[in-house]
Amino acid sequence: MQKEFDVIIIGGGATGAGVARDCALRGIRALLLERFDIATGATGRNHGLLHSGARYAVNDHESAEECIRENMILRRIASHCVEETGGLFISLPEDGLDFQAKFITACRAAGIAAEAIDPKQALRMEPSVNPALIGAVTVPDGSVDPFRLTAANVLDAKLHGAEVLTYQEVSELIMEQGRVVGVRALDRKSGEMREYRARITVNAGGIWGHNIAKKAGVTVNMLPAKGALLIFGHRVNNVVINRCRKPADADILVPGDTISLIGTTSSKVPFDEVDDMYVTADEVDLLLREGMKLAPSLEHTRILRAYAGVRPLVASDDDPSGRSVSRGIVVLDHATRDGVEGFITITGGKLMTYRLMGEWTTDLICKKLGVEAKCTTAERPLPGSRKEERERTEKKIHALPTLQRESSLHRHGDMAERVEATTAAKRSIVCECEEVSVGEVEYAINALEVNNLVDLRRRTRVGMGTCQGELCACRAAGLMAEMGRYCTSRAKQDLAAFINERWKGMAPVAWGDTLRESEFTKWLYGGVCGLTTKKEEE
Amino acid sequence: MKMNTIKETSQNNFEQCIKCTVCTVYCPVAAVNPLYPGPKQSGPDGERLRLKRPEFYDEALKYCLNCKRCEVACPSNVRIGDIIQLARLKHSKKSPGLREFTLANTDLVGSVATLAAPIVNATVALKPMKAIMDAVVKIDHRRTFPKYSQGTFEGWMRKQREAQAAFERQVAFFHGCYVNYNNPPLGKAFVKVMNALGYGVQLLDKEKCCGVALISNGFVKQARRQAKVNLGSIRTAVIERKLPVLATSSTCTFTLRDEYPHLLGLDNADVRDSVELAVRFIYRLLSSGEVQLRFRKDAPKLRVAYHTACHMEKLGWSCYSKELLAMIPSVEMVPLDSQCCGIAGTYGFKKENYATSQAIGEPLFRKIEESGCDVVSTDCETCKWQIEMSTSKRVLHPLEILADALE
Repeated sequence: MQKEFDVIIIGGGATGAGVARDCALRGIRALLLERFDIATGATGRNHGLLHSGARYAVNDHESAEECIRENMILRRIASHCVEETGGLFISLPEDGLDFQAKFITACRAAGIAAEAIDPKQALRMEPSVNPALIGAVTVPDGSVDPFRLTAANVLDAKLHGAEVLTYQEVSELIMEQGRVVGVRALDRKSGEMREYRARITVNAGGIWGHNIAKKAGVTVNMLPAKGALLIFGHRVNNVVINRCRKPADADILVPGDTISLIGTTSSKVPFDEVDDMYVTADEVDLLLREGMKLAPSLEHTRILRAYAGVRPLVASDDDPSGRSVSRGIVVLDHATRDGVEGFITITGGKLMTYRLMGEWTTDLICKKLGVEAKCTTAERPLPGSRKEERERTEKKIHALPTLQRESSLHRHGDMAERVEATTAAKRSIVCECEEVSVGEVEYAINALEVNNLVDLRRRTRVGMGTCQGELCACRAAGLMAEMGRYCTSRAKQDLAAFINERWKGMAPVAWGDTLRESEFTKWLYGGVCGLTTKKEEE
Repeated sequence: MKMNTIKETSQNNFEQCIKCTVCTVYCPVAAVNPLYPGPKQSGPDGERLRLKRPEFYDEALKYCLNCKRCEVACPSNVRIGDIIQLARLKHSKKSPGLREFTLANTDLVGSVATLAAPIVNATVALKPMKAIMDAVVKIDHRRTFPKYSQGTFEGWMRKQREAQAAFERQVAFFHGCYVNYNNPPLGKAFVKVMNALGYGVQLLDKEKCCGVALISNGFVKQARRQAKVNLGSIRTAVIERKLPVLATSSTCTFTLRDEYPHLLGLDNADVRDSVELAVRFIYRLLSSGEVQLRFRKDAPKLRVAYHTACHMEKLGWSCYSKELLAMIPSVEMVPLDSQCCGIAGTYGFKKENYATSQAIGEPLFRKIEESGCDVVSTDCETCKWQIEMSTSKRVLHPLEILADALE
């Protein structure tokens, strides 16, 4: 028997997950379909910056206001995904101080607490900052873990009745009498085609939404804009550092979990490249050159990897050339816009506004379905961020070894008690760089939709540390196989895929210790474990 | 930007770790104490997490005995031991107590104890006294204490001043607390050897304890104060008087040369190379052919098992001691595998470390008993206490054996 749904949401990024959670909380039967894993697109390929909105204040007042409102909401509802680091906007001699006054005024007009401080005080606040700075402004920036945030939304959606299916690639929208009544999707795990039906289908596919919309015969004019970033091996800064000038390339340095990130660049790319982004040598140069101006010590800091995401910029409907793009939220009701009933596109926006995008979309869904329930996502904390539960969890796991206790709490918040730690075997370490235990890996595999090692990395940070999978990937693959998730030959394939994916990120920055370590990894997996690539086999 | 402008070295030395884990394989503590996460996790891995948030500091780092064998093993030049020690100094919330004060202040305790040496020695050897120390300050009751001498080495040296000044060539001697308060005969042996080589020995203007015990017990400010006094005296000797500064203790030497810049942040680059172990200085002097030693013919045959202390291993200088011993006609030198004896200065005196300490040393003790040696030799005083307490053998410094074999 085919299950019945009110809404099908296509796309498992933060936006799709946000829509699914909002629908579930309002009692709407929702199905989320994602072609790969959650947070694989732009959601997982950005700074992880909890924008205060200050960056947009001067040029885009509306976005700035949205940002600061959502910023304050996320601190409450997603506290275990957020670090309240604070942010600085620094002026360097080459920038001058002209922009600063305008910037502070614009911030305050948008409701962002911006305060000019003495450059010396800024240096004390954040010792890594360029000591040549001539001005500094504090803003309520922070960092947010996009993987954790998306996973928590998915988890809550499921807790409230939504169904979430990953590795389901929508190949076709089912159209009946001019309206969208469902989708046909390829189950990438089994290779079978499946059909799902619902009264409304939501296109939350990010940049891929451009092609999903085409399947309904409508045009959403998107412009893929590539943004590249570099990850440093450890935390260089504990406060977000921005440049106080008109937004430009590589002017934000964000501390995220164990690392720091510099980004981004911005360049248009053709649609046929969006599935496979590479970072070029020029981009690495640019990011380093500009990054060193924010924090000079970046020059000597080991770079772990480089990666790039694709922003789904949307051209205004009345300007198909794409010159006037907006970073604002775009909700398209294709019934009123194109005469196609049962189809909504949600796009534009930012990671910061994913919740608001979910709210607006769900409001529209409710209107169409005649549901009266109000949005509660701004008040209800996500699983992991519930205060009372967290206190209880902290007491419960108090006796665990320090590193393990702090890591579990940091990653899973109040859900940390679900991580089995009763025996030495469960407490033993899989990922040594990021301190991930066997218990935590098992929890992720059982409860957080993990199908392969890359999925596991997004849930637990396995393989995200300096060794980039050197010691942990084979252990994790072994655990997956032991738990019956796959057979030995699939495990080997998965292991090779994981190591290659890590290498892809290291290749653009393969010098110094990063190169040395990748060679050691290659020797370990190739020489000791006998893992070979297809090429070598031939 | 041109790539060649990127410097290969980072301030953050832990970044060089490529997770090969050989440090943990060589860690004497990780092998016997499951509560210690091992040098890789406590050092480079932990440092990354501590940079994220200080809450990630793990009190289990106190189990590190600062032997630096991890650093010797590391193929990537990561200063693992230093990273762990610095993390302890920075983050540990356990403030040092009476026990730490007593164990760390070797200078103060030594100068008081030598005044009434027979009484102190007899008292701390008494069972009830040991029981009290065990219960009250948590110094393990099974431990034997080094004996204090009546009168200090410095006192003896003052009487030698004129005789020593008569030599044309001179060296300065950093005697350390152990020679001064516990074992002046070792200092005298050193003077005898140097005199036989044609060198007079003089003390530094002012010598304080090198501070190794202060550092490991968390008294970093006091350690830095004392280090500044020592560096001042060393500079006077090296720069003004053009004298090499020699020492007999491997740990004092290592502390003066490496722990000062790495853990206390004191730059000693101008004098570091002039501070060295006496055995190295003597070996090089003899191998240059400039001078020769005359050995007595009637010296009894002696089978000597040489034990490489951890800081000797870190210095990389045990070859000098072994070669010197092998040079003595009456001595048959048997090198022991280089491994930790477990005491690590004041570490093994602490009640909570006693079992770990003895478990670490156990293979070494067995090898010593099996070696058929008459006597064990090592350059470290605390190894001497540990081996004498845990085996049936006496332990002598290489220079004591050398001095005894001279004509």
